[in-house]
Amino acid sequence: QTVEHGFPHQPSALGYSPFLRLMAIGTRSGAIKLYGAPGVEFMGLHEENNTVMQIHFIPDQCQLVTLLDDNSLHLWSLKQHGGASELREEHRFTLKGPPGSPPSATQITAVLPHSSREVLYLGTESGNIFVVELPSFRVLEDRTITSEAVLQRIPEDNCNRRSCELVEALREHPKNPDQILIGYSRGLIVLWDLQNNKVTHHFLGSQQLENLYWQRDGSKFVSCHYDGSYSQWPVTSDNRQPEPLENTVPYGPFPCKAISKIYWQTTKNGLPYIIFQGGMPRASYGDRHSISVLHGSQQTAFDFTSRVIDFFIIFSSEPTAEFDDPSAMVVLAEEELVVIDLKTAGWPAVHPPYLASLHCSAITCSHHVSNIPLKLWERIISAGSKQNIHYSSMPWPIDGGTNIAPDPPQRDLLLTGHEDGTVRFWDASGVCLHLLYKLSTVRVFLTDADPNDNMNTLGEDEWPPLRKVGTFDPYSDDPRLGIQKIYLCKYSGYLAVAGTAGQVLVMELNDEDAEHVVDHSEADLLQDQEGYRWKGHEKLKTRDGPVRFEAGFQPFVLVQCQPPAVVTSLALHSEWKLVAFGTSHGFGLFDHQQKRLVFVKCTLHPSDQLALEGPLSRVKSLKKSLRQSFRRIRRSRVSSRKRRGGGGNASEVQEANAKFDQDTLQEMELAPVQRKIEARSAEDSFTGFVRTLYFADTFLRDSSRHCPSLWAGTNGGTVYAFCLRVPPAERRMDEPVRAEQAKEIQLMHRAPVVGILVLDGRSTPLPEPLEVAHDLSKSPDMQGSHQLLVVSEEQFKVFTLPKVSSKLKLKLTALEGCRVRKVTVANFGSCKTDDYSENDLAVLTNLGDIQIISLPFLKLQIRFPCIRKEDVSGIASCVFTKYGQGFYLISPSEFERFSLSTKWLVEPRCIVDMPEVTSNNHVHNTSGMENTARKSRGSGKNPGDYGEDERKSGRLMEHALLNDEKVLKEIQSTLEGGR
Amino acid sequence: EFRRFSLERSKPGKFEEFYGLLQHVHKIPNVDVLVGYTDIHGDLLPINNDDNYHKAVSTANPLLRIFIQRKEDADYSAFGTDTMTRKKNVLSNVLRPDNHKKKPHIVISMPQDFRPVSSIIDVDILPETHRRVRLYKYGTDKPLGFYIRDGSSVRVTPHGLEKVPGIFISRLVPGGLAQSTGLLAVNDEVLEVNGIEVSGKSLDQVTDMMIANSRNLIITVRPANQRNNVVRHSRTSGSSGQSTESSLPSSTPNILGSLLPGEEESDEEDIIIEDSGEPQQIPRAAPSSESIESLSQIELLHEPSQNGFLPSSENLNHSAGSVSTEYEGPEPARKALEEDGTIITL
Repeated sequence: QTVEHGFPHQPSALGYSPFLRLMAIGTRSGAIKLYGAPGVEFMGLHEENNTVMQIHFIPDQCQLVTLLDDNSLHLWSLKQHGGASELREEHRFTLKGPPGSPPSATQITAVLPHSSREVLYLGTESGNIFVVELPSFRVLEDRTITSEAVLQRIPEDNCNRRSCELVEALREHPKNPDQILIGYSRGLIVLWDLQNNKVTHHFLGSQQLENLYWQRDGSKFVSCHYDGSYSQWPVTSDNRQPEPLENTVPYGPFPCKAISKIYWQTTKNGLPYIIFQGGMPRASYGDRHSISVLHGSQQTAFDFTSRVIDFFIIFSSEPTAEFDDPSAMVVLAEEELVVIDLKTAGWPAVHPPYLASLHCSAITCSHHVSNIPLKLWERIISAGSKQNIHYSSMPWPIDGGTNIAPDPPQRDLLLTGHEDGTVRFWDASGVCLHLLYKLSTVRVFLTDADPNDNMNTLGEDEWPPLRKVGTFDPYSDDPRLGIQKIYLCKYSGYLAVAGTAGQVLVMELNDEDAEHVVDHSEADLLQDQEGYRWKGHEKLKTRDGPVRFEAGFQPFVLVQCQPPAVVTSLALHSEWKLVAFGTSHGFGLFDHQQKRLVFVKCTLHPSDQLALEGPLSRVKSLKKSLRQSFRRIRRSRVSSRKRRGGGGNASEVQEANAKFDQDTLQEMELAPVQRKIEARSAEDSFTGFVRTLYFADTFLRDSSRHCPSLWAGTNGGTVYAFCLRVPPAERRMDEPVRAEQAKEIQLMHRAPVVGILVLDGRSTPLPEPLEVAHDLSKSPDMQGSHQLLVVSEEQFKVFTLPKVSSKLKLKLTALEGCRVRKVTVANFGSCKTDDYSENDLAVLTNLGDIQIISLPFLKLQIRFPCIRKEDVSGIASCVFTKYGQGFYLISPSEFERFSLSTKWLVEPRCIVDMPEVTSNNHVHNTSGMENTARKSRGSGKNPGDYGEDERKSGRLMEHALLNDEKVLKEIQSTLEGGR
Repeated sequence: EFRRFSLERSKPGKFEEFYGLLQHVHKIPNVDVLVGYTDIHGDLLPINNDDNYHKAVSTANPLLRIFIQRKEDADYSAFGTDTMTRKKNVLSNVLRPDNHKKKPHIVISMPQDFRPVSSIIDVDILPETHRRVRLYKYGTDKPLGFYIRDGSSVRVTPHGLEKVPGIFISRLVPGGLAQSTGLLAVNDEVLEVNGIEVSGKSLDQVTDMMIANSRNLIITVRPANQRNNVVRHSRTSGSSGQSTESSLPSSTPNILGSLLPGEEESDEEDIIIEDSGEPQQIPRAAPSSESIESLSQIELLHEPSQNGFLPSSENLNHSAGSVSTEYEGPEPARKALEEDGTIITL
């Protein structure tokens, strides 16, 4: 397993280091992932698998601290090892109170890593603030800031003991590291002097406090509150108990939701950026997940598609800069990452190079194509760039670290089919899975949803000024649009896509927009059967007349299967211009050159009522009701956020739910699980379900003449072979393609046929269509005798051709009790010599094991556990590549990538260097000298820039150089002397 | 009518020829007859195919007594009956059927339709507490008809008693093959499926293995009811209680392996229909030297239980008459068993 692609499942915390320019995301399963420049990523996993609540980078260090929901703190650091950086857990720590104290006494609510990098301040539920030393996590008891000490300095009539319960926020003064601002949840805010251990200022907020933010110069700070208001407070030396300068409820006057986080960013032109999360009017917009940006007269409430976990602003981190000048806002929502460019007018979104939401509509299938020709690659990118014009052109703002992985050896495409009828094309060549192009099949059909019915179009004067951002939209308007099978020919650019309602679309790549009529034809798969009634869904209605398609893959043929059952297999032969498709009723062959149906074959067993009724109709209705209830939940969900007094309820509910789950689980365990032992029979349901289709040019009838053929395998262990007659190219449009059934093989063990393959005279699998024409493969050996490999869920069998006699078999299930789920031919090359490679079968079993089985002798070469056997959806989602890699879904939004081949490895390899802020320089007393150092390094005129190996020492030298003139001279003299 | 004639014991020929010979010597060329003989135990057994014909010839000592009945008035109940109790009646039944005319017997099936449906095998090599049952699914329409479940059993280990997970038969379907044999019962623990131990395998894995082997299923069980076990003469009747619960003797898979390959080939020959003609069984490809080598390697690789058993090309080609291999192989163990005259009490 090499790298995870996509968006982390259930993110729970976000952190950012302006120093390293790295972002960290924690998840509810205890994973922590760091991202920087594209290709720079690290992953760590907490042993406890507990939810990550908070992430804080240690200022100016390659270190970060995480707080888990079990109240433990973990120190992680990035260390270089073997030429690349690695993320490692260094220490763990749980704050312990004096014996007998309640757990709330040490329940951590706020963490402040001090800029001295020596201590962490930990605010707790009890109101006490503990100080721990780094990296040892030793508690410095004499430095604890107790609520009693705080209360001493505050007039009693304003405050009581309860004012100091629960520390909500801790903020260090931006200019004076000896002062920290402490915010208690009941509204009291105090400025604490660490040197003298006393309160210097106190601020009495009337509302429950949510968060605090220092303005850059330290003269003011902002507090935000539970009632949707925020206040600005002055910090002056003459007034020790000031009143707020400003107190606003931005979306008032009606009751509003809490503002949970706020930024106040200064700019050169004087107008600040005020950016805050939440604060929407409770009654009408209480369910929105919003972040508002105010800048002068401009105001936009970005409306996110899922709950906002956290956000941060990227602004000038130059300590000497006078203004913040925010450049981008990075928002982690529950289902996606959104970055907003704050520099460009209109605040457009930035297209993220990683962390793509694979599940913006549920993934229904995937297809991988290796080694894409450059021409096709460029055309897909150009089609995709036309779709991305509304994105900002800003370079990716999170750009820490250096990617040192070698360039990907070839261009690979991963295609994902989605429930909403789209196909997304991902660049799967490297570590960053990047969206290249999105294809929608919806335009071909008339759906219930009117495309103009856009709920988010709001008038100019609409208040609040909501703007929908993000792509996550799991609610498909019509599940029949779902994509089930994809087949792309990389040489010709033909793409076949098949869906849930029996629709098969053949598309061609066009670089221009075009308006044309999609040719429509029906394939009645039950044609010679009488008296059946399909009880499943109806076929999709098509649009009459010409349809406008944007540049990219444009459909020109629609074949509609009847009954409109889900398409279960698909094959495209771009050289013969044929497409084959199968459902639970049968299969058909379509000539997309002449736009003519060649034949259909019904595979349905006459007594198989279940297949006729359309089992998916039941599944569908269940899915529909689920979808509706999700919508309800979503509507009613109160934005439950971090744990607080009232939040106890939520956790109680969670606990009760967990208990209920456990009880039902136990109940289920009491009922005996038993399995029926019965041989498969011809009368079983779904025996006619077509599992696999395969085109081959082979010896079907006699050993002297080879011909095109189509092979189909069913769930009942039947293999059909059809002999095809494709007219030569010059008469391709004049003569019809003919097909004739030549063979029908019934495997006696009747297990589903999941793979069919023909091996040529050298026992090499036949090449893909057009592969030979493009000189990318040796032409197959048509001299020796061909062999047919049939892979069922239980056995591998090799038969001779054209006279079918059984030659070899491997009975996998009888021996090991596992069944074949996925099988592909994979080419394994040697890393040592380029001229050796071999073809083997890569097999994924229902136990989640991957086995490599040799061809043609069917010997087991190696086996490894890969996916947990309980992870049924992971096993079902697995795709193998042609060169021994693979992908499977570890969550609805993440692909795990694995490699079976030592030659083709795609894994992150990157270095994070410490930018040169020295340990004895504080942010606030940074000298101008250092500033120039940064600049000189940036322009590449660094005297210490000797090369990769000497960079570190070079940097040290540079510091010495720039800080001390004497040392500079010394070094210079030694260098010259050395020469 | 009585006839006496001679046959060459080493070359008995085919049953068809023998049947023709009988019709010829009795001068009844167009009469359908049933042929039977008495074996060493005195049972009247049918001769209706090559296998039991050869078996019959091999029991001649030196005389082989053969009974011929007209098919229409044959008394089928006389065949295969228990000699111990009715020995004296067998001959009289056949020879003077009138005696029993008052009590008509229900004809179950024609003797030529007899097929094995189940057997207990490897009694000689298994611990007394275990039973290896073979269910012959092919040729019958009966469902296998049983269910399995997870459970736990207690084993004796060097560290004392230990509870280990196991697979058990949970239900027998009335009228199913499993129930009709009477050899399997609810709560029997499944130890092996076709020679492969199930310990460490999940319920689903064992289910898949059984279904994959369903056409020739061999299950080794520890019966829940231990009172019907095979009792060997060499031991006292109490010995079954002392037998250890350890795993099966290591020689087991060896024997099993030697029985399997021949049968395996016959049990599932896939069917092909060429150019919409008649369905035919797919023959095995004439193995070239290359494929034989590879095949034997595969069998070794994937059936480690075969412990060095290398199927020779002769063995592989010999696929017909597989059932008889069980009797042909004159292993010392089996001989000993026959001579002991082991009593199976059910």
